[in-house]
Amino acid sequence: MKFRERLERGEFVVSCEAGPPKGTAVEAVLAAADRLAPHVHAFNVTDLQSSVMRMSSWALCVLLRQRGHEPIYQVTCRDRNRLALQADLLGAWALGIENVLALTGDHTVLGDHPGARPVFDLDSVQLITAIGQLNSGRDLAGNELQGGTAFFVGAVVNPTARPLEPHLAKMRLKVARGARFFQTQAVYEPEAYAAFAQRAENLRVPVLVGIIPLKSAKMARFMNEHIAGVHVPEEIIRELDAAKTKEDREKRSVEICARIIRAVRPYCQGIHLMPMGWEHLVPAILELAGV
Amino acid sequence: MLVSELKTAEEILRSFHPGERVFVLACGGCAEVCQAGGEEALAVLRPMLTAAGHPVVAGVVLPFLCNKALVGLRLGRWAEALGQADSVLVASCGVGIQAVAEVVDLPVHPASNTVSYGEFQGVWPSGERCARCGDCVLDRTGGICPLTTCPKGLLHGPCGGSHDGECELEPGRPCGWQRIYDRLAQSGRLDLLDRYVEPKDRRREHDVPLSRRRSPWWDLEALGEE
Repeated sequence: MKFRERLERGEFVVSCEAGPPKGTAVEAVLAAADRLAPHVHAFNVTDLQSSVMRMSSWALCVLLRQRGHEPIYQVTCRDRNRLALQADLLGAWALGIENVLALTGDHTVLGDHPGARPVFDLDSVQLITAIGQLNSGRDLAGNELQGGTAFFVGAVVNPTARPLEPHLAKMRLKVARGARFFQTQAVYEPEAYAAFAQRAENLRVPVLVGIIPLKSAKMARFMNEHIAGVHVPEEIIRELDAAKTKEDREKRSVEICARIIRAVRPYCQGIHLMPMGWEHLVPAILELAGV
Repeated sequence: MLVSELKTAEEILRSFHPGERVFVLACGGCAEVCQAGGEEALAVLRPMLTAAGHPVVAGVVLPFLCNKALVGLRLGRWAEALGQADSVLVASCGVGIQAVAEVVDLPVHPASNTVSYGEFQGVWPSGERCARCGDCVLDRTGGICPLTTCPKGLLHGPCGGSHDGECELEPGRPCGWQRIYDRLAQSGRLDLLDRYVEPKDRRREHDVPLSRRRSPWWDLEALGEE
């Protein structure tokens, strides 16, 4: 069954991030996807994540599809103007990609080509609108298309950003413009997520909670300092600090993820795993979480 | 010189509430020279508002609205009229409109689009920045420009990088959209966040084409170059 159908039926779904390589060596990411496929419903392919130049998102989506996996094509507003965005989306549809996740994108200055021109011709709300236009058989300028699209459109929200109100207002507008599911930034505070979920409940849109396994206390502190809106509580950092070996760190990391998933499960319709190199832990996390 | 043009009546009136009482403020600096400020602007704006059912409580010309300190002091004389107004309609460049929004406690509507910096060589005494986008959106954003305060120029709220009121670009840099949100909350206009804004017409961001440079101030600029 397709990712879209599962969400529309109210099933609990699992998506997993897949990052295109820096270069053309796709073997590792495809092999990891093959191993994870029995455990996840869709692979979410990042679009030049953190503004670091990599292989394009749509290309890896196509390669994943050729192996029988369902991709979610991430599209940011950072690198393409409205012509290029629409052109790539039409191409993606023709190549069999059915799910799109529309987002703003990190600023170019944060990446590995900091002198590049940031585009942001459209913002995420306008991109969602543009995809809706393509779905209706027209382009953003209103011209008729010879063959349109029928994308399943998702968007992102940071449920633990503070203050939350401006982010909630934008989420509401994204739903009004056609977003049919949401993925979130990594969550480490289930109570804060639950508070968000209660406030977003009236939007009646499925949310997949972001889960990033923490590899060490150092990584947790780094995220607290450098990733906007992500807060790893002190007790989790202490828990990781107490681990002496790599095996022990992995074990604790799996326990932490499973605990968070169990805690947020009543308030969401799925999880979005971002293993960042720890793909081998995904089956253990899901098993321990009872997913 | 910052070159501005008056918006169309449709553009100006799009964010007014029915019956909103308006204090009209026109710049007597650059905008007056380009016939988009001063008494000329008042002569256009007053009847436009009245015809649309918006009473004009006062129409005032002040020199150089970009100078916040002087504008604040000069508006002191108009405290009574401002007290009767629901909002201020400002005919000025984007800097002047934002400067007024900083010093008055009322929602501010732009009456103008800023279309060129005119290669102005001087300095303006305001922290506000105008992107001379030619399609001013300050009526939707509480008088704070999202193009110059947000490094991504977003039009519908903050990106995921906004946290604790700060921008993802560097610590200590305020998130423009958090400021806009706070200003709209303060003025009871959070409803504006539910409105969709069409993608910007980027043609207006280019410098004014030669074919449109028909007015006398463009000749003056050419004369200066000779």
